[in-house]
Amino acid sequence: MTTAERPVDKPRPVYLDLFAIRQPLPAIVSILHRISGALLFLVGIPLLLWYVQRSLASPEGFQAVMAPFATPFGKLVLLVLAWAYVFHLLAGLRHLGLDLRIGIRLQPARSSAAVVLVLSILVALVVAVRLW
Amino acid sequence: MVAGVDKRPVGAHYGLRDWLSQRITAIVITLYTALFLGIVLWNGGLDYAAWKALFAGNAFRVATFLFMASLLWHCWVGVRNILMDYAKPASVRLALEIVVIATLVAYVGGTIQVLWA
Repeated sequence: MTTAERPVDKPRPVYLDLFAIRQPLPAIVSILHRISGALLFLVGIPLLLWYVQRSLASPEGFQAVMAPFATPFGKLVLLVLAWAYVFHLLAGLRHLGLDLRIGIRLQPARSSAAVVLVLSILVALVVAVRLW
Repeated sequence: MVAGVDKRPVGAHYGLRDWLSQRITAIVITLYTALFLGIVLWNGGLDYAAWKALFAGNAFRVATFLFMASLLWHCWVGVRNILMDYAKPASVRLALEIVVIATLVAYVGGTIQVLWA
């Protein structure tokens, strides 16, 4: 069948505007999994290596590493990274479950996405309370 | 299904190895995270002496190295996936991948130095 013979010639979108579409919860968790992973790679790991190196080098280094935890900016960075780590880990566990065919139906998949999001925020709140 | 296509989906770089290594490294990372949090919480936080003593143990050093190696491998698979999706010109993608590989290898060196120097 050629294009001209099509019974209905509806105008179709040539691209998908991601910001015009209301994303379902699993899609939001999916993109946050990616963003948190990129953040951990770009900021988290270099910071982690540098901190462990300095903290083990000398008692002064240990003190110096602890000092930023007392500043608002240092606390904010730590909070964001802690959230990213916890969220990425929980979303990963959810993924392992999906691989094992646990919760792959629509409703359980939506619920587990919500659980990952809520749980990560709760842990971040606990971290925030401990920091401030 | 496309007729006439007769490919085995495994065995020749179809992504199974990346998929599997991403999951195995994830499990190692999760187990180490639980171990580390357990040690810190059990001791109610660590001061410099306890922190230093923890990293003096060879078993903990090996576990930490295993964690870091898994973490960096996990990074490679994840970052490569991101680059494959967004860095479209092959030249840009290749350049970025080289930077990422060099960075990760440098991190492995840094990890060994921190643990055994």
